[in-house]
Amino acid sequence: MRAIGIILAGGGSSRMGELSRERAVCAMPIAGSYRSIDFTLSNMSNSHIQKVAVFTQYNARSLNEHLNSSKWWDLGRKQGGLYVFTPAITAKNSSWYRGTADAIYQNLHFLKNSHEPYVVISSGDCVYKMDFSKVLQYHIDKKADITVVCKDMGLGSNIERFGTVSMNEEYRIKEFEEKPLHARTSTISCGIYIARRRQLIEMIEQSAKEERFDFVRDILIRHKDTKRIYGYKIDSYWRNIASIEDYYSTNMDFLKSDVRDYFFRQYPDIYSKVEDLPPAKYNAGAKVRNSLVSSGCIVNGIVDNSILFKKSYIGNNCTVRNSIILNDVFIDDNTVIENCIVESRGTIKANSTFVGDGNIRIVVERNERYVI
Amino acid sequence: MLLAGGQGSRLGILTRKMAKPAVSFGGKYRIIDFPLSNCINSGVDTVGVLTQYRPLRLNTHIGIGIPWDLDRNIGGVTVLPPYEKSEDTEWYTGTANAIYQNMEYMESFNPDYILILSGDHIYKMDYEAMLSFHKANNADITIAVMPVPLEEASRFGIMIADEDKRITEFEEKPEHPRSNLASMGIYIFNFKTLKKALFDMKSQPALDFGKHVIPYCRDHGSPLYAYEFNGYWKDVGTLNSYWEANMELIDIVPEFNLYEEYWKIYTKSDIQPPQYFADTSAVDASIIGEGSDIYGEVYHSVIGCGVTIGKGAVVRDSIIMNGTRIGDSSRVEKSIIAENCHIGKDCEIGFGEDIANDTAPHIYNHGLVTIGEKSVIPIGTRIGRNSVVSGITIKTDYSNSTLPEGSTLIKESEDI
Repeated sequence: MRAIGIILAGGGSSRMGELSRERAVCAMPIAGSYRSIDFTLSNMSNSHIQKVAVFTQYNARSLNEHLNSSKWWDLGRKQGGLYVFTPAITAKNSSWYRGTADAIYQNLHFLKNSHEPYVVISSGDCVYKMDFSKVLQYHIDKKADITVVCKDMGLGSNIERFGTVSMNEEYRIKEFEEKPLHARTSTISCGIYIARRRQLIEMIEQSAKEERFDFVRDILIRHKDTKRIYGYKIDSYWRNIASIEDYYSTNMDFLKSDVRDYFFRQYPDIYSKVEDLPPAKYNAGAKVRNSLVSSGCIVNGIVDNSILFKKSYIGNNCTVRNSIILNDVFIDDNTVIENCIVESRGTIKANSTFVGDGNIRIVVERNERYVI
Repeated sequence: MLLAGGQGSRLGILTRKMAKPAVSFGGKYRIIDFPLSNCINSGVDTVGVLTQYRPLRLNTHIGIGIPWDLDRNIGGVTVLPPYEKSEDTEWYTGTANAIYQNMEYMESFNPDYILILSGDHIYKMDYEAMLSFHKANNADITIAVMPVPLEEASRFGIMIADEDKRITEFEEKPEHPRSNLASMGIYIFNFKTLKKALFDMKSQPALDFGKHVIPYCRDHGSPLYAYEFNGYWKDVGTLNSYWEANMELIDIVPEFNLYEEYWKIYTKSDIQPPQYFADTSAVDASIIGEGSDIYGEVYHSVIGCGVTIGKGAVVRDSIIMNGTRIGDSSRVEKSIIAENCHIGKDCEIGFGEDIANDTAPHIYNHGLVTIGEKSVIPIGTRIGRNSVVSGITIKTDYSNSTLPEGSTLIKESEDI
């Protein structure tokens, strides 16, 4: 494809609470076997974008670990490939990424040294499938300067943490509001943009000169009347996971057969790092209902309406209900877990009870793990 | 040098279209994954895989060796099929002949030692420890052996060693074994010794390690040592031993443990999503691969990746390989169902008495039903024990929708 990809993966999120204490939101495990950034990376790879840059900043350890090789997404190529850019001190610059536009500005050489005429920008904390070549064709047909992928979230949905857009009948964006308290429309920006590379370089350099650092506020909103900014409306599945409620409900969406079918069985596939874990194992006493279980798990107890990520161990006579158990969690015998998200590498002692009343409870337990 | 060219004819329909090392094992693996993973875990990063019988599945599985970290700048994995020469072109006629024909490959690395493996056993072994033993004894050849019960020893090649583990004599399938140390078909040779023996013996038809090369080396005074291995080692050469080895993985702490952190078994995984259990499912004492959807009941079985078990279906004591679909309300008992099969609704696989198979009782026995890859079984079919089915079958292939115990139904499809 005639575009390069940029994935904005810098952020932590205060709405993720303890879950993002030790990892960037883009590295959050999703749907049992994946991490959030896999969706954007796979979309780019499947759209034949050969050159992808990931901008990271906040606590990127687990993200970097996940991106240790580009071959999982078929981006291990001689032409192009996967680049990870963290903020760096240079002779000209000594600051962190001060915003999304600044992140691009600090890595402007990546844009300047490419030859592809277009740039696809996407945030890395969304769960969706998209053929960017279709969006690009739309962008070209509309003769747009910037195309913004939008989705109507429906009336009554909680959209105050998103940017909302209003379009005219030709889908040109007329109004753009960032995180309005009272939204006048239910159509939001999905954080996915296409722009012409030279145009983007120009706008980024301009705003850097004016000490403006945010892509939405300082580029999209400022230019909405001077540039041709169009919306590309989607009605396919798209979710942002950067709050605990959305993270929980997005995961639980994968218990629905149509969502699983859309992501797991329909072409093209979503790829993730291969971890070479053995198949999941169920011993006598295991009862699993309406749940997803990933490889490497050993289940001895009851699992109901839950998602077990990789390498979880569920002890004898345990009950796990309406919960998400992240990677490599050890739950000892006779434990009850309900309405919880159990943080990765946790060890839960025998005979414990963790129940989230009303809200989803985040469980971070770091006990000594005894080898069975 | 990994010998992976054999058919493994006693696996019957399972090896009709693929070599034995390519047969699925343990839910997501193939048999060759075990020696290949042993290689990389032992630090052997230059591996030649010798293929001959139906190599397509092996070739696509191995590729350039990425899953085993064998995609290397120097060495790595190389698939070595038989090839045409300007004269005396032949197939690989024996184990040692196959190695002889790839002398050029081995010489290109100028090695000190050659490790000879076969691609059809399930085990975890540190070849580096074996090599240290080989070096410490100044051996020319080291043969890995394992103790077997004396009454079974007459099925194996038996090594007789002194207290220093030096092999003094050996016997091929002896009637009255004098030792219980069975050869595992794993050899370390000093490359010079191997090269000389192969050149001297090259005109021997069907040149074989056990029959020709090892006796030749002994007669010429090469020191031979026996490296004793006491771990799990399983020859999955027959359908029953194959089934047993799969079932042993289900034990609470199996003797052969796939869950150990530091001796991982690697495989090519195409399917990554988690597995799904519906409200109507039940599972007990089983292992299940990625991306499988379980709507029915699974007991004491090994299920591969991307399998669908329909609502109300009951699978018991069976092996279901990748991509197979079991229709709603079907019953499957003690069966081996190969990859990408489609079993219709309301079928009953594995009923009745243990009646001997009509065409190949030495292959299809122990009450196992075996269904070949890509087979289709129509709705409401009953298949008896010790039967074998392969191909796209339709209602008229069965009388009264029933295939009695011990029957053979192999349909040739259009392709080969």
